[in-house]
Amino acid sequence: MVVILKERPDTDEKQADLVFNALADRTRRDILRRSMGGELSVSALARSYTMSLAAVQKHVAVLDRAGLVTKRRRGREQLVRTELATVQAAQSLLDEFEAIWRARIDRFADVLNMPNEGAMP
Amino acid sequence: MTVTAVEMDLEQLTMCVTTQLDAPVTRAWQLWADPRQLERWWGPPTYPATFIDHDLTQGGRCTYFMTGPEGDQPRGWWRIVAVDAPRSLEFEDGFADEDGNPNNELPVMTMRLDLTERAGGGTTMTIVTRFSSVEDMQRILDMGMEQGMTAAVNQMEGILAG
Repeated sequence: MVVILKERPDTDEKQADLVFNALADRTRRDILRRSMGGELSVSALARSYTMSLAAVQKHVAVLDRAGLVTKRRRGREQLVRTELATVQAAQSLLDEFEAIWRARIDRFADVLNMPNEGAMP
Repeated sequence: MTVTAVEMDLEQLTMCVTTQLDAPVTRAWQLWADPRQLERWWGPPTYPATFIDHDLTQGGRCTYFMTGPEGDQPRGWWRIVAVDAPRSLEFEDGFADEDGNPNNELPVMTMRLDLTERAGGGTTMTIVTRFSSVEDMQRILDMGMEQGMTAAVNQMEGILAG
């Protein structure tokens, strides 16, 4: 093999799967957006949705396992805060793919604008 | 910029790149169908691609290698799933070993190209890339890094910033 795979610990890959699975849900992305500005209680979050408190708690648990939010107790309340660093890391993975394709399409456009020397009928 | 939209769908693990081109559909198709024109844009300037086999028929295979600054030559392959010239092409894109045989341990992406005529002339080109898992996405990216794509990307970002 010519191509050498960069060594990446197995745990990192599992973590990436957790992160993207957590992000692949509209409600969970919405929870992340709402908890970006500061801590929100799970019960306050639950008021924004038609689903039960238990269902919202489940979504928060998925986000927590992925490291996308941190939870903390204050009295009887469960407070949730978005972990921006994890969100940004996931975003940068997507950005890299986007950048590779933008560069490729730029080259495509360059070739398209070159005179076609009858290479194809 | 010719790329007008890049959409990532996290539910489906797909990336859709939409581009508006001034050229007609038949001309845009040539850049995929003619290997000599294809290899002028498929690989980054630091890793230009050379296509050895290029058979755009259903079930057909394309094989290519890229040549790096150190003379290294990573290889890749396409397997054509469906083709409707000059409008659409669907293929799997994977990595190959030194003899050009598909390396089944490495990730495979599925790509779908659509060229549609725009009212008033020109072509809308959409390319949808589908990954089978996030892990695969990460691995493909890591290999791209090895192949010097980062240099090309940084270069481009510099241009955008300026």
